[in-house]
Amino acid sequence: MPSQPITRRLLALVAVLALLVAACGDAGGTATTAPATGGTSPGPDGSPIEGASPAPPSGPITMLSSQFGPVEEQEKVRSDVLANFSGEVEFVAFAESAQFQDRLQAEAQAGSGDISVLGALHGDLAPLAADGHLSDLSDLAEELSGLGISEEYLELGKLGTDQQLYIPWAQATYIMVARNEALEHLPDGADINDLTWEQLTEWGANITEATGDRRLGFPAGEDGLLHRLFQGHTYPAFTGALNTTFGTPAAVEMWTWMKETWQYTNPQSTTYGFMQEPLQSGEVWVAWDHVARLINALEADPESFTAFPVPEGPEGRAFMPVLAGLSIPTWAPNPEGARELIRYLLQPEQQSATLASLAFFPVLTGELPGDLPPAVQAEQEAVAAQIGSDNALPALLPVGLGDQNGAYNQVFKDAFQQIVIENGDPATVLPTQATALQGVLDTAGAACWFPDPEGEGTCQVGQ
Amino acid sequence: MRRLGWAPYALLLPSLVFLALFFATPMFQAFALGLQDRDGNIGLSSVERMVTDSNFRNAVTTTLALVILVLPLQFFLAISMALIVNARLKGQGLWLYVFALPLGISELAAGIVWVSIFTQSGWLNTILEGLGMIDRPIIWQSAETPWLIILTIVIAEAWRATSIIMIILVAGLQSIPPEFLEAADVYGATTWQKVRRVILPMLRPSLQVALILRAILAFQVFATVVALGGTGVTVLSEEAVRWANDIDNDNVAAAYAGLILILSIGATALFLVLLPTREEQYG
Repeated sequence: MPSQPITRRLLALVAVLALLVAACGDAGGTATTAPATGGTSPGPDGSPIEGASPAPPSGPITMLSSQFGPVEEQEKVRSDVLANFSGEVEFVAFAESAQFQDRLQAEAQAGSGDISVLGALHGDLAPLAADGHLSDLSDLAEELSGLGISEEYLELGKLGTDQQLYIPWAQATYIMVARNEALEHLPDGADINDLTWEQLTEWGANITEATGDRRLGFPAGEDGLLHRLFQGHTYPAFTGALNTTFGTPAAVEMWTWMKETWQYTNPQSTTYGFMQEPLQSGEVWVAWDHVARLINALEADPESFTAFPVPEGPEGRAFMPVLAGLSIPTWAPNPEGARELIRYLLQPEQQSATLASLAFFPVLTGELPGDLPPAVQAEQEAVAAQIGSDNALPALLPVGLGDQNGAYNQVFKDAFQQIVIENGDPATVLPTQATALQGVLDTAGAACWFPDPEGEGTCQVGQ
Repeated sequence: MRRLGWAPYALLLPSLVFLALFFATPMFQAFALGLQDRDGNIGLSSVERMVTDSNFRNAVTTTLALVILVLPLQFFLAISMALIVNARLKGQGLWLYVFALPLGISELAAGIVWVSIFTQSGWLNTILEGLGMIDRPIIWQSAETPWLIILTIVIAEAWRATSIIMIILVAGLQSIPPEFLEAADVYGATTWQKVRRVILPMLRPSLQVALILRAILAFQVFATVVALGGTGVTVLSEEAVRWANDIDNDNVAAAYAGLILILSIGATALFLVLLPTREEQYG
């Protein structure tokens, strides 16, 4: 019958249209637009109210971040941290430093672009500052001085000039977390808050002997931050420096230690990007990782885990503080809105929210409002113990590498692959990698950074 | 025959322009990028960099191993599945949908599902331990046993990508004229003889197409390896992505992409030579 096919076709068409409308309606509803007004909110009689929240800045503000790249973290930024901002923010995060640099260089060359606020690590902002792409925020820093931002970090924010090129935003570091069932296998006389790297290996050996399983864990996967273990922790702890002691006998000792520790490490570590998952599933009992990549385990089950500071080596308790800052590019389309956003993010409420949901610690020295959730409290204690220990050795993230950041990290990943996974001899692998490392430093023209002795000219790799 | 004039060429022109602009030009540019160094000088320095990299050998051997292992397995499975679908058994429609299900899942999603199966505390170990076949979990994804990782990737790829070949072969099967099969019946052929003497030869054009398609896709295998392999194994496309994104060297990344292109062309030429198709097989 002629009418039947037509009715079916009509129904199908209506269904498709309904789906389209639903999809489009959803997409249009999420962005909230603020009315474009300037100045402070007026009171009932028209005069400005003291202490009232500032009126929303005109137009949308695009923020580009090199942190919080994983989708989960981006969502937390949007829903927990930026939610109470009165303006419209488009938050974009690039997980890879190279993409971040590429995008900004492209906008710099064009002289204009979309991005008004940058949220990035000290090392990502340094090359942009060197090229003169960052605005001077000294007046903003002056304005925010009442909040109690750490003086040392503000100084770092000048990036060696007399201008305030970034406002410190948040900091993170690396700690260790253990499942409580591992605690009974600690070596005799060892204090979990004061371990040495050798004691960690002994701990792993004890666990393997008792259970037959390899239960230490390191993030040696594609997305893992294992290279930071070597750059900021074991190299400074064993050798006292990084580039200038890359191939020295002390370094050979460090790699030999790593090979031995690997025997007690879960070999599936080469697939781990975030240690919180294997910790929760029990595949790993003792793990080292970035605070933001351990937080989920502590949150899910605070009673089953213990967070503790990284172990120390012969040269000290080395760890890597990760400092992120907020900056405004010189071509920003909405500099007023950008300043508004920076003010917002530095408020104690937002610093607390950033800590609670993203495990990035505040740059404010004062008390934070509200109670911290137990997971964050646990991490905060480990971080404080680390920073507060008498032989603390904060090793800076690489500075001045620009687009060579990835190549620099790859040297350490390759060294690990060849020495530990492929069972190479450190004494033969390190010279080859040292040449590669020097090549990267030469291409970037990077000077040494702490804990290497600071000096003029390109950093020289030591052997 | 009537002369067609310029009309057909005029009709083809928009497609050709589109292809030239959005496919051919970027492809040549990408290939050329691999033959330059960072400063734009033409030369083989990026290719040299690629070849002397410590991960290059790993990438090449793993990619070739995957292609050599996955292709025959998938073809055997796909032909069996296609024959089942075509046999019009009871519930025939259901078979087609079940076999085609993996097509609807993205490569990375499939990889993640297989990780949950193969991870140390995952489904496979739980089942094997429950059945008493092993007393401690097997670490399938350990970099110390890369061949085991390759096995997991082969299984995941076989599950994920066989449907594409099966669909092509089902279409091919349905285009075999029934007269040939009836004639085989008349001459008293067994099912195995029918498959070997009538169906497979008549299926050659479809087999050729499917083989070439699958080989090209196999050289580009990426998401499954990323999900399952970790840093223990790497393939050419993963290296290309690493050089482009992590190490920020587009020239070496382009060199890797160029290598994948050359291998794909080589494989295509090989199959065209090994599986020549005759006039009557086009039906």
